[in-house]
Amino acid sequence: MREPYTMRGPPVPFLLASPMTPLPESDTPAPLGNATAPASGSVGARPTRPDGAGKVDGSAVYVDDLAVEGAWHGATLRSERPRARFTLDTSALTDREVVCLTAADVPGTNRIALIADDWPVLADGEARHVGEALALVAAPTRAEARAAVAELRVAYEDLPAEVDLDDALAGSARELAACAVEHGDVVSGLAQAAHVLEATYETAHQEHAYIEPQGMIAVPHDDGSVEVIGSLQCPYYVHHALVALLGCEAEGVRVRQAVTGGGFGGKEDYPDMIAAHAVLLAARAGRPVKVIYDRREDMLATTRRHPSRVRHKTGVDADGKLLAVEIEVLLDGGAYTTLSPVVLSRAVLHAAGPYACPNVRIRGRVLATNTATNGAFRGFGAPQSQFAAERQMDRVAREVGVDPLTIRERNAYRPGDVTPTGQVLGASTSAHACLAEAERRTGFRERWKALEGERAAARDDGRPRGGIGLSLCWHGVGFTGNGERRMDSPVAVRLAPGGRLVVLAASTDIGQGTQTVLAQIAAEAAGVPFEAVALAPADTAVVPDSGPTVASRTVMVVGGILARAAAELARRVREHAPGESFAAAADAWLAERGELEVVERYADDGTVFDEATYRGDAYAVHGWGADVVEVSVDPDTLVTRAERATLVCDVGKAIHPLLCAGQVEGGSLQAFGWGHLEAARLRDGRLEQDSFSTYTIPTSLDAPAMETVLLEHPGGSGPLGAKGVGEIPMDGGAPALLAAIENAVGISAARIPATPEVLFEARERGASDE
Amino acid sequence: MSERSTFRLNGREVVYEGDPLARLLDVLREAQGLTGTKEGCGEGECGSCSVLLEGAVVCSCLVPVLQVDGREVLTIEGLASDGAHGALGEVLVREGGVQCGACTPGVVVTLRALLERDPAPSRAAVREALAGNLCRCTGYEGILRAVAALVGGEESA
Repeated sequence: MREPYTMRGPPVPFLLASPMTPLPESDTPAPLGNATAPASGSVGARPTRPDGAGKVDGSAVYVDDLAVEGAWHGATLRSERPRARFTLDTSALTDREVVCLTAADVPGTNRIALIADDWPVLADGEARHVGEALALVAAPTRAEARAAVAELRVAYEDLPAEVDLDDALAGSARELAACAVEHGDVVSGLAQAAHVLEATYETAHQEHAYIEPQGMIAVPHDDGSVEVIGSLQCPYYVHHALVALLGCEAEGVRVRQAVTGGGFGGKEDYPDMIAAHAVLLAARAGRPVKVIYDRREDMLATTRRHPSRVRHKTGVDADGKLLAVEIEVLLDGGAYTTLSPVVLSRAVLHAAGPYACPNVRIRGRVLATNTATNGAFRGFGAPQSQFAAERQMDRVAREVGVDPLTIRERNAYRPGDVTPTGQVLGASTSAHACLAEAERRTGFRERWKALEGERAAARDDGRPRGGIGLSLCWHGVGFTGNGERRMDSPVAVRLAPGGRLVVLAASTDIGQGTQTVLAQIAAEAAGVPFEAVALAPADTAVVPDSGPTVASRTVMVVGGILARAAAELARRVREHAPGESFAAAADAWLAERGELEVVERYADDGTVFDEATYRGDAYAVHGWGADVVEVSVDPDTLVTRAERATLVCDVGKAIHPLLCAGQVEGGSLQAFGWGHLEAARLRDGRLEQDSFSTYTIPTSLDAPAMETVLLEHPGGSGPLGAKGVGEIPMDGGAPALLAAIENAVGISAARIPATPEVLFEARERGASDE
Repeated sequence: MSERSTFRLNGREVVYEGDPLARLLDVLREAQGLTGTKEGCGEGECGSCSVLLEGAVVCSCLVPVLQVDGREVLTIEGLASDGAHGALGEVLVREGGVQCGACTPGVVVTLRALLERDPAPSRAAVREALAGNLCRCTGYEGILRAVAALVGGEESA
């Protein structure tokens, strides 16, 4: 029998981007419809983030904090084997107050709808990775649900498993995706080269390690519809997956974002899966079901960064000017396709680094392995391929006999240069400005040379050695190729009494400050104060599908569309009552003409990309960055401390400089962790580091002192030329750190994380090579 | 097994009856409805569940409720309602010490204990104190800026 349930207390208290306080008097009209004229002074200022107070006093409501009366708890039975046929015995749960679901209970095709529909909601007869979901249980309490899962019996029949790239290459080498870029004539370019260098670079899995583990609540309604509330980045991805799963109309599913404790890409794809599990359990139980992962389950089951193996063959002239590069990018996709094709695409398109070269060939493949599926993670393939590109550039510099800054100055892109896809780079191409600023701030060149000399002269006294390293990176903003054109991305602005505006967009705030910057952009474009703008909740019943919160696209793409909508709304209101204050004109409109909502969409920006040939404008615009990292390395233990980092980042226009700096600082530390701390090793297809005790993300004692320098070279269609900042900080940190280690102790590791063990191995190998 | 524990929680006396080995974290979140204390790892590594037990920072995921019998527990809700919270909370937001917020209550608890024993901590002392509070968003820089601004006047990115 179905018991009644109610949501305890008020509805989920979603935060609006502004409290409804009286507006300041100084509400002067802005230039009509001109989104680029500074009007309210919002953009470039540092208004207080509206979600801050609730986060510091503990009142912000995350998904696990939400009490839903009558809700049961879901738990998941997971595969212990990397690849096995299995049969389930659920008889222990017969006649118990629980529900239990297996693949046979999943409607339709038992697939999560994403890119290639190959990802089962529940494994059906064959498990393809450790941690894959085999069965679901819901019970009145979390403890009962977990106890019930422990009573399920699984009989495995092991099958040959391929758990890493070595296995895959030696075995089935099953491709989940492949793509290639061809530019000029690599063979003749290499033939003309004074130096040709070949090397292979590797990067390991990385955990997102958002502090709030994933979770979702499904609430079935009497009319047959279902509502899910959860920790997520992309409400419409979840909506799309659930509509496909249930075979229902769009109105049959409502997805709402709870306050979300970090994402970094990890809550882009996997929430579809948890939502599917919660919804199926709720439908069977006839009551709300809460599925909250603990840390171990989150680390076992959810996605990670794709491990990579990137081979470079580089030809340069006697001065180190690039003549030809041939690159092979190999990614480990894990068991299912999920987002691997687009991760590979971005990896390949960034693989040659921010350097002009007339002859380029890049080939990329993603191979399937029997590990948890790898997915979206800040940078989306670009950090992996640029780690290789940057370390290769340092290798070229040594071969040619110049310092790391000089080699980059000789090759870095300038406006008008042509990328491997044939894209002509625009005026905001700021690679050289980033390098110059980094040099001005740090005196890199002289210090690098001095430390090279010190290392050569160093005695074996066991004292820590200092080192300094440099990297240069680029990052394409927004979806690759024609992705933005396909998204369309409607964004609405609605007029509210008193001259207030409500922004309706699907963009989520996962900590980065979306609520704040979108309100600033709307305020600026409409010529109203920041306080006059509120954001509607990220709720599919309320906001249009303005696309996912990914790909550094929120400020440039969604913000650009929003600016047009806000400017158009303000223009109409002001024309309605010329000479009146905006507030008075707004009230006049509402009284005389009724509601006002303006919807704008993606506007063709003239970029053209051929997805079949990989020719054309791969990205609307690029962000640029140069990192200088200083380390000390213990010459005996090879323990590395990151001491100081200077992070130069061209963001086009800093909408909120403090929030921009937050992205640079947090993203860079995540990159340093990936570079030397976050060891992730597989044993029999299971990640050995499956908890925060064993998987070590940087603490406050591991974090270097950071100086962030924001450059503004406006470009693209974003508000005032803002280019996005979410991902580029992930690109340069690891190669700069490794370069600094090399400067300190002369060890050039080709693999990260560069733990002491990896450095030791690299030193031994280097010694035996000589 | 069910036992009774009596302790002071945010200044008022509470009685807990149930499993004496229940985690203080669960007692706070479920029995007491104080959800400001977060679970990040469940094994004392991340510090998201930090509370003050007799004024000392502890991970409430590692403390069985029987251990707090007769003692004083302060959670983020208790700390946030006193006069010292406003300035710290405000400066954390203003200087970028808060992003996703999942670590934030624990960070506030730790900083309050630090500031109690050292009203003007150096950056190194703040780093040392925060070593048990993992933050994945800020790189810690915003939190360090905030404390520096609080104890030494204005500071900006």
